Amino acid sequence: MTLDAKIPGGPVAEKWDRHRFELKLVNPANKRKFTVIVVGSGLAGGSAAASLAELGYDVKCFCIQDSPRRAHSIAAQGGINAAKNYPNDGDSIWRLFYDTVKGGDFRAREANVYRLAQVSNNIIDQCVAQGIPFARDYGGLLANRSFGGAQVSRTFYARGQTGQQLLLGCYSALSRQIGLGKVAMFTRREMLELVVVNDRARGIITRNLINGDIESHAADAVVLATGGYGNVFFLSTNAMGSNVTAAYRAHKKGAFFGNPCFTQIHPTCIPVHGTYQSKLTLMSESLRNDGRVWVPKNPGDKRPPHQIPESERNYYLEEKYPSFGNLVPRDVASRNAKEQCDHGKGVGDTGLAVYLDFADAIKRDGHDVIAKKYGNLFQMYAKITADNPYETPMMIYPAVHYTMGGLWVDYNLMSTVDGLFVLGEANFSDHGANRLGASALMQGLADGYFVLPYTIGGYLAGITPAQVGTGHQAFKDATQATKERIHKLLTINGNRTVDDIHRELGLIMWDYCGMGRKDDGLKLARTKIQALREEFWENVNVPGSDKDLNQSLERAGRVADFLEFGELMVVDALHRRESCGGHFNEAFQTEENEALRDDANFCYVAAWQYQDTDKDPVLHKEPLNFENVELTQRSYK
Amino acid sequence: MSKSINLTLKVWRQKGPGVKGRLETYHAGNISTDMSFLEMIDVINEQLTKDGKEPIAFDHDCREGICGTCGCVVNGRAHGPEAGTTLCQLHMRHFDDGDTVVVEPWRSRAFKVIKDLIVDRSAFDKLIQAGGFVSVNTGGAQDANAILIPAEVAEEAMDAAQCIGCGACVASCPNASAMLFVGAKVSQLALLPQGKPEAAKRVNTMVRTMDALGFGNCTNERECEAECPKEISITHIARMNREFLKAGLTAGEK
Repeated sequence: MTLDAKIPGGPVAEKWDRHRFELKLVNPANKRKFTVIVVGSGLAGGSAAASLAELGYDVKCFCIQDSPRRAHSIAAQGGINAAKNYPNDGDSIWRLFYDTVKGGDFRAREANVYRLAQVSNNIIDQCVAQGIPFARDYGGLLANRSFGGAQVSRTFYARGQTGQQLLLGCYSALSRQIGLGKVAMFTRREMLELVVVNDRARGIITRNLINGDIESHAADAVVLATGGYGNVFFLSTNAMGSNVTAAYRAHKKGAFFGNPCFTQIHPTCIPVHGTYQSKLTLMSESLRNDGRVWVPKNPGDKRPPHQIPESERNYYLEEKYPSFGNLVPRDVASRNAKEQCDHGKGVGDTGLAVYLDFADAIKRDGHDVIAKKYGNLFQMYAKITADNPYETPMMIYPAVHYTMGGLWVDYNLMSTVDGLFVLGEANFSDHGANRLGASALMQGLADGYFVLPYTIGGYLAGITPAQVGTGHQAFKDATQATKERIHKLLTINGNRTVDDIHRELGLIMWDYCGMGRKDDGLKLARTKIQALREEFWENVNVPGSDKDLNQSLERAGRVADFLEFGELMVVDALHRRESCGGHFNEAFQTEENEALRDDANFCYVAAWQYQDTDKDPVLHKEPLNFENVELTQRSYK
Repeated sequence: MSKSINLTLKVWRQKGPGVKGRLETYHAGNISTDMSFLEMIDVINEQLTKDGKEPIAFDHDCREGICGTCGCVVNGRAHGPEAGTTLCQLHMRHFDDGDTVVVEPWRSRAFKVIKDLIVDRSAFDKLIQAGGFVSVNTGGAQDANAILIPAEVAEEAMDAAQCIGCGACVASCPNASAMLFVGAKVSQLALLPQGKPEAAKRVNTMVRTMDALGFGNCTNERECEAECPKEISITHIARMNREFLKAGLTAGEK
């Protein structure tokens, strides 16, 4: 099978317009004959479900939470980018496109990124029209702030709760369609299988998380918007329920997985503090607008921060990267924090933290201005750590946050399974090897509001509606497989809990496939994961029944998939003989310890095809052609 | 400073809706004061699983106070003793060694218990479906800066908009009223020009739906405001009441 990204011809700035014209349309009266399943109700899924229903399609939307408003998009803090150039500081669609391609370390598809930058402006218009209370200046115009990897202010925000406000906007649009009867909403449902008939996605199998019913749902197209896989590391900034299951089930049914080793370690999180810890908490990157990152100059200096004089502090980001300073991209900031701690300059009890200091900003702007910008973040920090960041610097350390890898999709956001579309963090497409801050919200909403509603029409216009019903043998087979798997999980009756095994997997991934990777470590990780997977299927203990709300069973199914998926990440990391963005193999670095790419041999998307759990996956390559942005060594100096 | 404490927990266990539940007693030993309340329950659940018993079912997801999934009544107070804090952000340093802690689900006619500490809050979704939106389809919106909104108005709308829909207001109200939840949404959209065209219709349908779903009325107890983890003010209820009155005076909007 050859990968065809279906990138339209012509200059990059004209591709999307041209493609929209060339896409086939579905007659308004025929739209209601098509059923579309949307799995996930975050920014990508919620916006897609609402927009498709507005167009007239019959939509079924599924989420694992008790309400679509709880999807993990809600936790995004800092903001959303758009190329509005309202501050008059030189921004443009082209600059947002350029910054994103460069920020992604030249491993994203140019045509997709350009389209993302183009529709970014529509997103802000749409969100304001929905009544989202973005921050404003006193004249009543929208306010902007800066984020990493850019030298312009293009980030729109609603205090430190931008994700929440954008999600509630999209949830309100979705709720309106539910109220109108155009979307059937299924909450507390988990997709456990994709149903494929004659190489086309035709539906899904779900488990009703309240009563355990296994349900079949047929459709003319399936849209996955199920988020990222950061929880493979156990400790991450993801919500507890975030998982790879829907995407991985689709992968097993033929959807290729793109660049699984591209994971983002976010630089500003609250450090790990105990073995019982269940998750890590992110502190928005926006804090780096005013906070200064430093460590003591002398390794092992354990004095409290206020006793360390200015001359004995090392503001390492400002020194090393004078033009971007504290606002370097996330991968660069994270690696530098790790480097300082590796040199023994880490602070706090564990030595795995650096300071993020607001003293200068408070002296310059006053307590109230800083409180207005970051009040809720400071409060959150104080609640968790019992330290007051107005008086003492925050302690931060990198943590797993976002996954750039995901199911491979073409320009239409369709996977290698016809009729299966993948949106938002669940796909691989727009961020390359590193995502810039405030770009995840932009991509989720771009995919759901402004890309999929067009491209799915192009697919549906070519098929006859309602050809396969839930009575088809494929649904019966998938149902049977799902039930057998659940039965197996409940009857192992071993000695280890699901969380215990998940925690062990997370440590393997963090130690060997985290911020710094080495060949021998990756090889060791692979055998460790295989052994742990074997142990899981012999020795896990899942209490309770399948006919009931059973949270242990839910977690067990997800961890079982992580135990297979983790190995795929390691395989991908091993094969990529270069460093780029979030993938940093210590054997490939510049003299200044920056990621060293190998454009001659690895300028491609690695799309993996599933064979069997015991067989190696097959690698397919989508070459990346850079016609508009010159491939260079990234520099933020 | 981190230290360890020992607690006696009394936790509501109920197999399913309509089944009789009861408080079960558990010993929580050697609990680090740096743990969150939910991490403490994780520890109990790991032990229950190892002992061959069913763990306590409880709702939770983001564990950073924004998704609104978690919430229980702890020692008689929604989300526990700390003001402006969700249960996941409540840390064990606020408890003393030897304390007895009673943990119960939200209790309200509109929120049925599903299992143990998990309740059905779909009534909140129905309220938003009734009118908690601006009727704009995707596409065709005017330029975002074409609508001028004074910063202080945007700020006040944001105060209301930050509701996380957890249900603490209903759980803490003696009447199990949803006035703070509905008031926050009505107020947000009434403050902003985008919400004005549908203001009368919105407040009418949302209030009517609230009554139909079995929520009680407001008698100014102010418990909702005291327990709201986002500290949303009851002035938003007052604005909703004014909107409701205004809508009643507007001809053609029933």
